[in-house]
Formats: sequence, C-alpha cells, structure tokens
Amino acid sequence: MTTLQTTMEQILQLAAEHFKFPREKLTPDDDFFKKLGINSLQALDLLTRLEQHFHIELPDYELQGVSDFRTLAERIQSRL
Amino acid sequence: MLDLRQYNSLGEALRAALERWPDETCLIETDRDRENVRMTYREFQHAALPLARALQDAGFKDGTRAAIIMTNQSKWLISAYAIFFCGGVLVPLDYKLTRAEQLHLLAHSKAEFLAVEYHLWRALTRAEGFKNLAMRVVLVSEAPAGADLAGARRWEEFRDRREPAFVPRSRKDQACIVYSSGTGGRPKGCVLTHENYLEQCVALTSLYPFWPGVRYLSILPTNHAIDFMVGFIGPFTCGAAVVHLRTLRPDYIRDAFTRYKITYMSLVPLVLKNLERGLRQRFEELPKARRKMLNALVAVNRALTLRRPKLLLSRALLRQVHAAFGGELRALFVGGAFTEPATLQFFYDLGILVGNGYGCTEAGTVITVNDFNPFRADTVGKPLPGIELRILNPDAEGIGEVAVRSNTVMSHYLDEPQMTAEAIVDGWLLTGDLGRVDATGHLRLFGRKKNMIVTEEGKNIYPEDIETAFEGLPLKEFCVFAANFLWPARAMVGEQLILVIHPEPGQTVTHELIAEISDRNRHLLNYKRVCGYFIWEHDFPLTASLKIKRGELAEQIRRSLDRSAVVPL
Repeated sequence: MTTLQTTMEQILQLAAEHFKFPREKLTPDDDFFKKLGINSLQALDLLTRLEQHFHIELPDYELQGVSDFRTLAERIQSRL
Repeated sequence: MLDLRQYNSLGEALRAALERWPDETCLIETDRDRENVRMTYREFQHAALPLARALQDAGFKDGTRAAIIMTNQSKWLISAYAIFFCGGVLVPLDYKLTRAEQLHLLAHSKAEFLAVEYHLWRALTRAEGFKNLAMRVVLVSEAPAGADLAGARRWEEFRDRREPAFVPRSRKDQACIVYSSGTGGRPKGCVLTHENYLEQCVALTSLYPFWPGVRYLSILPTNHAIDFMVGFIGPFTCGAAVVHLRTLRPDYIRDAFTRYKITYMSLVPLVLKNLERGLRQRFEELPKARRKMLNALVAVNRALTLRRPKLLLSRALLRQVHAAFGGELRALFVGGAFTEPATLQFFYDLGILVGNGYGCTEAGTVITVNDFNPFRADTVGKPLPGIELRILNPDAEGIGEVAVRSNTVMSHYLDEPQMTAEAIVDGWLLTGDLGRVDATGHLRLFGRKKNMIVTEEGKNIYPEDIETAFEGLPLKEFCVFAANFLWPARAMVGEQLILVIHPEPGQTVTHELIAEISDRNRHLLNYKRVCGYFIWEHDFPLTASLKIKRGELAEQIRRSLDRSAVVPL
C-alpha cells in the first residue's frame, strides 16, 4: 500500500513537472500558491493532473482552504 | 420574456415563468462530464412545491428568513424558489467562507431555515460555536444513507403533493439579505427588495436578452449578486436554461461550452485571463502558415467590427475559434474585479464579446456595462437604463467618487442604520470607487477611496475582517490597511494588504514575533493574506469607543513613510 510519504513524494514530483519548477526546492510544508506563484485555477489544474496519476476523483471542495502540499497529500491519501 | 412590470415579487414572476414555459428546459446540472440533472420548468415546479409545502408545514411565514449554503447546483435554485413562493426572505451565503464566518452570518441574519449541502453541513456541525446555532429547520442535500445529520432533515425526503399556498409580497418588501462584507467583524447585510431585483432584471435583459433555447453557463457562486441575477432571475423570467457546472476545472469549463452550446456565461477576470492564456497557447502551437492565416483573419475581423460587433460575420471568419466556444456564444460577462483592457481587446478582436461591467451588491448587481456601440476596452461601459451616475467632488482631471441613484439600490444594511446613513446620502449610494465619466458617458475607474482590495477572483477583502487572525499578538496594537488606501495609487490591479504593528514602548520586534505573524498569515486563505508589514512607533489615534481612526492613522503614516517601508512576509 502506498504510504503518505510516497504519495507526498509523487505529488511534489508532479507539481515540479507541471509548473516546470525545480523539484529540490519544494518541501511538504510549502505554500504551493506562494512557492509556485500560481492562482486558484492553476491549483485546480494541478489537482486534475494528480487525479489522473492516482486514479482518484477529488471534488473541488476538498481543495478549499488547502494551500500546503502536506494537507493536499493527506486528502489524496485518504482516497487511495 | 415576461413583462416584469406586472409582477410584485420574485416569487410571483418566477411562478408565472414556470407556468408559461412548462416544456422548456430550465436546468442542466453536470459534474465534470456526467450530467446529473436535466429538468423542464414543469419538473422544476414539481420539485419545488413539495419543499414549499414542507417549509409551510414547519411554520414558515411571509418575511421568514431562510439561508442557502450550497455550491452551484439545481437544488440552490429550487430551494430559493420555494422560499420566495412562501414569501420568505432569502439569505444566500457564500459556501467558500470558513465555518466560523458562516455561523457568524447565520446568527446575524436571524435566518430560521437553512438549506445546505451535506459536506458543508458536516463541516458546520464540527465547528466551534455550532451548538449556538439556532435554526428551526435545516434541510441537508445529498447526504449519504445512514449519515448522522445532527438533527437536520433530508432535502430530498419531501414528496408531499398537497398544494402549498402562494404568499404574495409587495415590491418594497425584502427579497434578499446579501452580505457584501464583514464576514469576520461587523457584517454588512445588504437588504434588497423585490423591486430592486425586478428593475435590475428589466434593465439587464434590455441589453442582453434571454429567450427559450438560450443556455447560460453558471460557474460563479449563485450567492453572488451577478450569478443570482444572470444565472437565475434573468434566464428564468425569459424561459431560458441554466447549466450548472459543479467544478471550476478549466478543462471542464472548456468542454461545457461545446457540449451545451452555451449562449452566455459570467466570469471573473481570473477565469477570463485563464481562457485567454489557453487560447494564446493554442495559437502559438499552430504551424507557422496557419498562424499567419489566423492573424490575418483576426486583423480583418478587427477592421470590420471597429464601430460595432458583427457576430455572424466573426463566427464565419474565425470559425474554429468560435467552435471551441460551442459556436453559439453571444457574450461573456466579466465583473467583480478589474479586467485589463488588453484581455478585453484580445477577445473582441476574435469576435467574442465580453460585456465588461461594474457594480456592487449595494447597487443591486450591475451599475455600468459595455454596450458595444462601439466597443471600449478602457472603460466599464455606460450606466444601465434607469441608473443615474454622478462623480462627487471631481478633481482637476474629473476624477471623483462614483455615486449612484436608482431603484435598484438596496434598501439598507441590516440592523446598521449608521452604516446605511454613511453609504446612502440623500438617495445617492456612495460606492467608494474613484472614476471619471467621459464625453460619451462611459465610466472609467481609477482606484478606490475606501480601505479595501478586490482580487482577480472578484473577492472583496476588507482589512477589518482579517485583523482577527492577528489578535493576541504580543504588541501594543496593530492594524491592517489596503496599501492603496495608505498610499493612493491610480491602479485597479495588484492590490495588496499591509499589516502595521506598533510594539510596546521598549519592546524589540523579535524574529519569533515575525515568525508568529508569518505563521498566522499562512493560515489565512491565500487571497486574504497580508503581503508585508512595517513597524509604527506612535500611538494609533482612537475614537471615544477605542476604535482605530483608520483615516487619520493612514494620513499620519502617509506623511512619514512610503511603500519602501514595507517588509515582505
């Protein structure tokens, strides 16, 4: 079974690829809006990418108020 | 459309619409690519009347207040109609607010009934302060079987076919209480009458008509004034259909245009810019020859539509671009925040009309909108029919505060006579926005007089509302300002919030304190965060009741500091 740590690693990798950002500069507690310089729509785009990767479906409201990778990973992990 | 002058209330007008177009589709609800609901006006009525009956059985009377906290979906509109049918006052609340904010506004509005989606209700029941929530009836939609509803009832359980009694209202009666700010502090509940909405609807549909067969794509929250008007009242009183998309994912928005052959859609600048970015990227990826051809066609379209739009010609010239929008799009409406003229021009050159509007909840949605005769990307258009507009105390360049007089202007702020008296003076609503009207009657905005910011997502953020996040810090006092209020700038974009901290005498501002401020800032929603802080060594001027005199403090700061004093967070 995938652990939270592996889920987190995959999320950081996918976010780095999606927004062409150096992976080594991303950490779990980063505020992804601030660190990646993205807006709420771009964050939803990332969510779609993560859904495809993890084969899950997350309603938009699951991301409401979430701005760090760690909470995002927990939300995804709970659906795996 | 219905002749709305014949009706006294939203309930009466909507009831007439349901009877006039029973076989027309009124609602389509889709979640990603799955269509959940498709109903006619007759089916809408069949869904709403049992709910109205249930409300009346539970003691709902004329003037009873009922709140809705739901995402964009069919049950939002059905619930609202049932409330209006029973003569109720609707309190539409933003589903994106925090639970504490929702509880605060529910208590302030004195709503007795609530229609809410299960996931939002579940979060509310777990919030601190939930036990103080006093509701007579809560209807929860889409709850899983066996879910604990904490005393609420299922929205879907009402099937009673006994006719509810229609409760008439007069035009001056309250229709809605819409909160324009004060979610964290002193709420501004705009009390809007049936007349406000009926008049606004007549004015808007005279410029942008709806008719049976028109499809409006709803992605802005329906609690927001714009979607409530153009995504509910407008289309329904004309026999048109509303398509609810239950996700804001850009992929699915694009898909909905083509799948449902959308006629109109309202959006905020952020979404419009995202559409622009997507189109520009697709144009970039075209082979060189095709790109050259496209540029030539855009130039031809621009030249032929200089004086006025020619929709059919543009559709023929730029067939593929229009096909990506479903081929039947007549206009996009953008509002809620400032849109850059370059973005508006980009779409106009493609033959896609963007009705750039300006308004506020207090004025009953829209004040001005572009009428395309001719298209002007640099303004927010002309006042709607029936709206008088004045520029107060204009400076040498003709720029002053925008004031509005119209029968679409709200009645008052709920339980706030003082705030009402400050906002509506001699019948004129003072908007707090700075603008100039040119010789052709177009309004151009130049900034704000009031201490607030508006994000690209159309969210109005008032500094007072986020100060609660910094309460209890070891400081003598602190205050949040809109940067452009402290240092006036003739700009409508890139607005930011600044935290002013005043330490105790002799206190050093430590790294730990700044880390604490940073941490609290991070816990705010991303668009509510302050972008920086500065230290102010003087006492804040206070009123007799110990409130900060913000205007005076801003003036003192302005005299000795400039923007370079701000330390980024």
